[in-house]
Amino acid sequence: MSERDYELDNIYMEFILENYRNPKNYGSMDNPTVERSGSNPLCGDEITIYLRIENNRIVDVRFTGRGCAISQASASILTEMIKGKDLDYVKGLKEEDLLSALGIELSPARLKCAFLSYRVLKDSVSGF
Amino acid sequence: MVNDSILDVKRIREDFPILRRRINNKRPVYLDSTATTQKPRAVIDAIVNYYENYNANVHRGIYRLSEEATDLYEKSRKNIGNFIGAREDSIVFVRNTTEALNLIAYSYGNLLREGDEILTTIMEHHSNIVPWQFLSRKGVKLVFADINPDGTLNMDDFIGKINKRTRIVTVTHVSNVLGTINDVEEIGKIAHDQGAVFIVDGAQSVPHMPVDVRRINADFLAFSGHKMLGPMGIGVLYGRKDILESMDPFMGGGEMISEVHTYGSKWAEVPLKFEAGTPNVEGAVGLSAAVDYLRSLGMDNVRGHEKYLVSYALERLGSIEDIQIYGPKDPEKRGGVISFNFRNIRSERIHEQLRKEGIMIHPHDVATILDMDSVMVRSGHHCAQPLMERLDVPATSRASFYIYNDRDDVDALYDAIGKVRGVLRI
Ligand SMILES: Cc1ncc(COP(=O)(O)O)c(C=O)c1O
Repeated sequence: MSERDYELDNIYMEFILENYRNPKNYGSMDNPTVERSGSNPLCGDEITIYLRIENNRIVDVRFTGRGCAISQASASILTEMIKGKDLDYVKGLKEEDLLSALGIELSPARLKCAFLSYRVLKDSVSGF
Repeated sequence: MVNDSILDVKRIREDFPILRRRINNKRPVYLDSTATTQKPRAVIDAIVNYYENYNANVHRGIYRLSEEATDLYEKSRKNIGNFIGAREDSIVFVRNTTEALNLIAYSYGNLLREGDEILTTIMEHHSNIVPWQFLSRKGVKLVFADINPDGTLNMDDFIGKINKRTRIVTVTHVSNVLGTINDVEEIGKIAHDQGAVFIVDGAQSVPHMPVDVRRINADFLAFSGHKMLGPMGIGVLYGRKDILESMDPFMGGGEMISEVHTYGSKWAEVPLKFEAGTPNVEGAVGLSAAVDYLRSLGMDNVRGHEKYLVSYALERLGSIEDIQIYGPKDPEKRGGVISFNFRNIRSERIHEQLRKEGIMIHPHDVATILDMDSVMVRSGHHCAQPLMERLDVPATSRASFYIYNDRDDVDALYDAIGKVRGVLRI
């Protein structure tokens, strides 16, 4: 194993931290079109995503839940990415898209944190 | 407080090759011995010596080499039994604590009937909960005794929940999250007064303090080799011999039989009856070497050292604002384990709604930030989710100590914890 494997880049970049401390779209929603929850058994993180969908478009999105900085920031950034977008965009979204929006490299364990909101989002649009 | 440990940690560290590694150019500060311990040269050498000079299948060959391998395996059993005050014929080799507890749940569980009860505690590891849940299929009820606010077992609740239907009492000797040392001697007495068998999960006690099965009134004691300097894949189930004899085998196959006919078999004597298939001889030999190593330090000294470190850690971490420590504050009642959380952070920098509620810095972030200084702690639910629910937290960070840790490690932990809020700018 190379030393590189153990070099810890600081994943707590200001962009991530800003989304952690002041998450966008945080809070619940009355009468959402769809509401889905999910959790990460490894760390006990839980997240709920609320979507209001009109004419196949995400007109509003919110989330609640607690977790680590990575899972919170990722939910904040993801909800920003999809707000106002077509359902087709959400369905076509890939893990890589979220990762490049986060702009950090994550270890396998922390990837699970980053993808929690992504998984819940994919689940919530699967019925449309 | 004493300022010097009873153990010569500098010398001990030299016995552990892995501690010479540098990670990120830093000295590893390994504080996760509750999960698994590092291995001394003596254990590694014993395993190499076994493979280089004695390897053969055991209990089978007539040739000299096989007899020598069998002899090593059986001598290891005797040595390990001796370590906990037990005769070799009540020592069953298994893979780990989990397997030992599953063995009892299966084989002793066969003797239970609908309406019988099993009494345990809310501070158990999943391995002392899930196997018992299997028995609910046949109508056996699982009952949990609660804890006090200080993380000790609530004895009133425990006594209130034991009754004539209680057939098994199963309790961890030391909690892997709270560090609580349970008064197993007393619990064992209460269990026996009700006619129940008493099982002790010794995963976190046998490695860290003197344990004698006769003193603690245990009918069964389970522990893992890898948590006491030994290799992974070897563990021990001690069982009272007459009880082991009354139980059905756990798995069937070679080694555990005396006669096999087409439609029926006879079992081997205890303990081989419970050791189906080729055993982990390397593991037994390695664990025996680990026991020798621990014995040379003296288990009273090991316990004394950890008590000294944990009181120093309680004092240092206790002085940090925002940190909540779980478990007993009294080092007499606590093993070398400290779980903690940053709770109720009300920084001006955070989202209004989060600030009102007061956020918890997630243990995963704490562990990641500590790792930047090569301080290795565990974060998560520690396989004790019912306890996490009881404490009303999703997870905790946990530091644990062993013979190769010293005050410098506690200081490194303290310093790294001091950086967490800065890294998160919170
Ligand atoms: C108290 C306790 N019991 C049981 C276990 C399970 O040990 P193993 O995984 O070696 O079976 C552990 C390990 O973390 C433990 O701390």
